[in-house]
Amino acid sequence: MTDAASTVLLRGGTVVDEHGERRADVLVHGTAIADVGSGLDAPAGSRVLDAGGCLVAPGLVDLHAHLRQPGAEEAETVETGSRAAARGGYTAVLAMPNTDPPVDSAAVASEVLALGRGALCRVAVAGAITVGRAGEHLAPMAELSALGVRLFTDDGAGVQDPEVMRRAFEYARGLGVTLAQHCEVSDLSAGGAMHEGAWSSRLGVPGVPAEAEELMVARDIALARMTGGRAHFLHLSTARSLDMVAAAKSEGLAVTAEVTPHHLSLTDAELAGYDPLYKVSPPLRSPEDVSALRQGCVTGVVDAIATDHAPHPPEAKETTLQEAAPGMLGLETSLAVSLGALTDGTGMALVDVVGLLSWRPARVAGLHDQGGPLAAGAAANICVIDPGERWEVTPARLASRSRNTPWAGKTLTGKVRHTLFRGEAVVVDGEAQR
Amino acid sequence: MSGAPADGGRHLLSVSDLGSEGIEEVLRVADAFVEVARRPIPKVPALRGRTVVTLFAEESTRTRLSFETAARRLSADVMSFSMAGSSAKKGESLRDTVETVTAMGVDALVVRHPCAGAAHQVARWVDAAVVNAGDGWHEHPTQALLDCYTIRQVLAERAGRDPASVGMECFDGLRVAIVGDIRHSRVARSGIWALAALGARVTLVAPGSLLPTSLQGWPVERTASDLDTVLPEVDVCYLLRLQLERGVGAHLPSLREYTAGYGLTARRAGLLAEDALVMHPGPMNRGVEIADEVADLPRSVVLRQVANGVAVRMAVLFLLLGAGVGADVGALVGEGE
Amino acid sequence: MAERERRLTPPRGGVFVPRVQVLSAEDVQRALVRIAHEIVERNRGLEDLVLIGLQTGGVPLAQRMGRSLEEIEGTTVPVGMLDVAFYRDDIGIRPVLPEAVTDIPGDLAGALVVLVDDVLFTGRTVRAALNALADYGRARAVQLAVMVDRGHRELPIRPDYVGKNMPTRIDEQVDVSLDGVVLGDVVPR
Repeated sequence: MTDAASTVLLRGGTVVDEHGERRADVLVHGTAIADVGSGLDAPAGSRVLDAGGCLVAPGLVDLHAHLRQPGAEEAETVETGSRAAARGGYTAVLAMPNTDPPVDSAAVASEVLALGRGALCRVAVAGAITVGRAGEHLAPMAELSALGVRLFTDDGAGVQDPEVMRRAFEYARGLGVTLAQHCEVSDLSAGGAMHEGAWSSRLGVPGVPAEAEELMVARDIALARMTGGRAHFLHLSTARSLDMVAAAKSEGLAVTAEVTPHHLSLTDAELAGYDPLYKVSPPLRSPEDVSALRQGCVTGVVDAIATDHAPHPPEAKETTLQEAAPGMLGLETSLAVSLGALTDGTGMALVDVVGLLSWRPARVAGLHDQGGPLAAGAAANICVIDPGERWEVTPARLASRSRNTPWAGKTLTGKVRHTLFRGEAVVVDGEAQR
Repeated sequence: MSGAPADGGRHLLSVSDLGSEGIEEVLRVADAFVEVARRPIPKVPALRGRTVVTLFAEESTRTRLSFETAARRLSADVMSFSMAGSSAKKGESLRDTVETVTAMGVDALVVRHPCAGAAHQVARWVDAAVVNAGDGWHEHPTQALLDCYTIRQVLAERAGRDPASVGMECFDGLRVAIVGDIRHSRVARSGIWALAALGARVTLVAPGSLLPTSLQGWPVERTASDLDTVLPEVDVCYLLRLQLERGVGAHLPSLREYTAGYGLTARRAGLLAEDALVMHPGPMNRGVEIADEVADLPRSVVLRQVANGVAVRMAVLFLLLGAGVGADVGALVGEGE
Repeated sequence: MAERERRLTPPRGGVFVPRVQVLSAEDVQRALVRIAHEIVERNRGLEDLVLIGLQTGGVPLAQRMGRSLEEIEGTTVPVGMLDVAFYRDDIGIRPVLPEAVTDIPGDLAGALVVLVDDVLFTGRTVRAALNALADYGRARAVQLAVMVDRGHRELPIRPDYVGKNMPTRIDEQVDVSLDGVVLGDVVPR
């Protein structure tokens, strides 16, 4: 009856999920968890993966990955992006809709979902709020929702027109879907290549003021209140943005927020050498903002850490800071960078950091097979993390098709040892198996 | 400044990397080239066999001509390369362009670009020495050096001494007002740091919409918005060019209002001390930041600035290419600290 | 060559440690007066004569020699100075920076130039000086006066007037001033 090849025993680790931590082995059979307990025996013919000294956690869930397909396959594809995700411990990613053509129709959404079927992790799709992400006419949200799209965004830009955004919230409410905003008032950010502040003033680089983000956060909170819609704030980067989200939450509004590993760990001082690898949107902010974002993770205002994995081909970065495309890779470094920023930076418990990377984003995205908890019968989406392993980031060894990571050559602590996606060991000892 | 050092040779990317000693070195060597310029044959063989390329992604005939004249007077071979518009639009990255040019065998690249940090980027990719000839709003180091040279030269002449013997003490406590569009000015960003490094006391005068967002860490003594009260107390009044062609007008209600508040009119020039200098990086918008009759006053040293530009750029190229290994010009290495 | 010259170029390359005083201040003065007499004798007077000291060591010697010539002949001799940094053939392989300004009195066309330097060594400085002089006009003749000829020539150049011939080791250093001539070594800092 049993196909022995599909039985995997994760032995010797510490299971971590929203119920807490416990020493236990995890037996996976087929696509589901068969047993969780200490001293489990390996059935004959099963594969035993060592989890000694490791955390055995629900697979990580990324709310924000640019997989670039269709349209920019030279930067990334669903396949290479999902491989990068698996190596980073992710068992699900939400593919952003700013592709070419964008995901503003059922046809494109279906195409991406189809590409995702053979991937190394679950590929969920976010839809555009407006047609062509142009900010004018609503995209066919109902058709997209029927395909399983739960989150809509024009990411890459915010919906500038408040009237359009109001209608989007009103329409989305009936579908039970969430609108995710890239908060940036383009009139204030136009031409900007880094955070506007002391560094941009000295470096002579046009800046993106914090207010460009905060004005739109304030507006969307007001619109969520007005319409009863659900708002998710993408990659928040400023202290005052989080303050507003905290206030909205205590008011009882249906708002959630994510931050990125890079906004938790890097400041605008990194731009002093004009290296476009540090150009992201929203930009790296001040040290005060970084510590406020970390604090937001501790207090729970932040619901998720999302990578904003943004691959770019070399030519998009081998130019001046102002002309370079914004964005950096994130999937393969996210866990280590987040652990560094939060466990070392704030003393946050490992389990809470993993929560921000796994079960909390799973809930935001409505991905019910993701994020644990790890118990018999649950889907076997698992990552095994060695929180103490130090490793050097070598761009050529990344699974992503692109190389634009500012962590190149740097040593990070915390590495994914194994990843199981629907019971399949897609990553073993750090290496993708296909 | 912190940040990734630009590797691969010695560069002049930012005046703040020079320090007062580096600036002094350039000025001292420039003295020798001013003498060369007075000779019947104003040319020396110092850089014979070397190739200097001017790589301009933004048109500036004056600056290009000044660098090319400097290189030729040092007997270097000169090539010019114009990158009309953005090279990215032609599907070629800036790096491709720069590597193609340097593959021809280049010892120095003089880079002008509308984007800040362009010279820093170029310096990361090539072995040649890179000279920043103006990058966006960031810096224009040779302009600051020639301005310092001009100030010292004029003050020396007034004291009846030669510039070398005056040394750098003439900058100590020198009161300089920099007036106009500080926010978008590479001339200001180089000039302020150079003058302050030499001991000058810098005042910025501008409407709020033309000041940088933050002056944190800027070595300026104060900012002011009333030019009339500042003028009687300065030794140098440095007027910045209002870059109308780049839409700077949108930061102001009108040019008339700007001139009324910040233009050096004939009346305002009368507020200056007898021996105060009037400087401008050129080209001047006569009737906007400077009145016609003021521009042509003897105290206006604008043409001197242009003339000294060649000698100062000769000094920079000579120090980068000619002074050789081990020379005491380490400060010229344009790396972050 | 580059490495050696750099090592021997004070003050950047090392510290000069004196060993033997070869000439006293009086010896230097006597040698200058003797050379002045030789110049007058050989050129039958001072007509069209211009003294040019090479920066930096040759300048004070040229100035002192100019005064000696004045005392001997009773006429003023123009004295100039020349920095040859931009004419050297080793730019880029050793530290070459202009030490001081060049000041040439008038056009040199038709002049009888006597170049004055402190030490004649490889001859490369003199070669550079000859090239530099050409940019100021065609001199009728150029002669060379040095306080010390220490040998080790690398070019076909010979002095017309010598204060002292002084065989040296190639790694020694000779320090010349109006206060005397000292032989010593350069030790790395």
